[in-house]
Amino acid sequence: MKKELKSYFSTPLAWVLIVVFLLLSQGFAFLFGGLLERQDASLAAFFLYVPWIFMVFSPAVGMRLWSEEHRLGTMELLMTMPISPWQAIAGKFLAAATIVFVSLALTFPAWMTINWLGDPDNGTVFSGYIAAFFVGVTFLAVTGVISALTRSMVVSFIVALFICLGMIMSGWPIVVSAIDGWVPGVGQSLAQLSVLTHYNELTKGIVVSSDIIFFLSVIGFCLYLTAVILKTKRA
Amino acid sequence: MIHVENLSKHFGAKKAVNNVTFDVKKGEVLGFLGPNGAGKSTTMRMVTGYLPPTSGTITVGGADVVEDPIRAKTHIGYLPENAPLYTELTVQGFLNFIGQLRGLSGADLDKAVSRSMDLCHLQGVRHQSVDTLSKGFRHRTCFAQALISDPDVLIMDEPTDGLDPNQKHEVRGLIRRMGEEKAIIFSTHILEEVEAACTRAIVISNGVVVANGTPDDLKQKATGAGTIRFGIAGIPAASAKEALQNLTSVDSLNITLEEENTLRGVATPKPGQSGRASEEIFKYVSGKNGLLQELATVEGRLDDMFREITVTDSAA
Repeated sequence: MKKELKSYFSTPLAWVLIVVFLLLSQGFAFLFGGLLERQDASLAAFFLYVPWIFMVFSPAVGMRLWSEEHRLGTMELLMTMPISPWQAIAGKFLAAATIVFVSLALTFPAWMTINWLGDPDNGTVFSGYIAAFFVGVTFLAVTGVISALTRSMVVSFIVALFICLGMIMSGWPIVVSAIDGWVPGVGQSLAQLSVLTHYNELTKGIVVSSDIIFFLSVIGFCLYLTAVILKTKRA
Repeated sequence: MIHVENLSKHFGAKKAVNNVTFDVKKGEVLGFLGPNGAGKSTTMRMVTGYLPPTSGTITVGGADVVEDPIRAKTHIGYLPENAPLYTELTVQGFLNFIGQLRGLSGADLDKAVSRSMDLCHLQGVRHQSVDTLSKGFRHRTCFAQALISDPDVLIMDEPTDGLDPNQKHEVRGLIRRMGEEKAIIFSTHILEEVEAACTRAIVISNGVVVANGTPDDLKQKATGAGTIRFGIAGIPAASAKEALQNLTSVDSLNITLEEENTLRGVATPKPGQSGRASEEIFKYVSGKNGLLQELATVEGRLDDMFREITVTDSAA
């Protein structure tokens, strides 16, 4: 994990990504979300766009996780070290998750601003951050699976981005009602599998364990799938 | 240290490795020979635990590679083909990382990293990033990686590939020296390397072990090994020829030059009678007061042996 973190920061990649994330998230929040014009003290305008930004950001962070190992041939080194594959998978995932964490943490000026201007419900803000973090790392776990499949970073970025898009869209009210109109009931059940549905619940300030469990189980499933893919790729 | 029994690996219908059995003890350097695609790398990858075998068992340092991979892997230092490295790290950073994966930390780690950098002459580039290194340095960095935990078993896939002649020489010397206290397997298709560094060699062709022995044993398998090259002068050629043919230890003659008083050729002795045959030839010539221009036992050549067993095998 340390090596992953180091390699993120030894190249400009992590810094570029974090800066882009900050620009996008704050830009959307202040310009389109009208963070300041809204007459309420909350970060709702910021959290509104977070899933969409992570849809691009997480695949960009995670695309190299395994593709790079495949491409350089270092997979052979890593897999002959006296560690279990789980340690490698968890280490890489945690390193990438740290990038997501740092990015979110660096949005603190927005939080300071609303605290200075008004009197927000900091509990809601906190649960919003938790939700944002979970969306980010869930997308990372998805990207990890894709990146285990291919040695091309570009392919893993694009495919992961589309899957993340699908995971958001399936919870989008317009899409949900469209599918429901077509085959009744299917849209609603798909929405239960959408990241957006669970994200929205959490950002409202209601920390429901079922939403957390949803994110954790998607992440767990993706990490498990990564392990299976890496194993079958060798055999 | 290494025990491999009935090891097979199939990729779909293709049998990459088929029923391979061998042992490597401490103090042995085993050379893996074979044409490209013979199954050398596949076998080594299975021994290191990277590829799961289709069938058969591998134990390294008493631990089964499939059942107890972590314990088996702690014994093994591995240099994969093409020496892969994390290009964004520095040499020292890379070695530190590998050392940590191998469970070293603190002062032990520093000591191990600097020891392996010394062995591979990397001190001069320790702060350089791997992607700025020349091929020779990259190769040595990967080599240093394999030595970092001072493992009992070293497995190296073409360790001298892509090195210049001096570096090759140095690597062979290093292998030979380390072979005194470790069990080493390395693959190569450079035959002089086998003679220079191995105590034993295995030839693999189409996934099957076709020869296993010391480099000297293997040379004996070359056609022409043990035959006697001779040149006789001062005796009428026809009578000399007849006399040689009648020697009890000689099986057949192959005359290359027959002039009035000169006879040259190669005598093939009966099995196991090589020494006796040269003795008899010598006695005959001196008895006739002839002149022996040449009398030599032909030593087999590894590359003849290699070509013969691997070519016939792939033709079959």
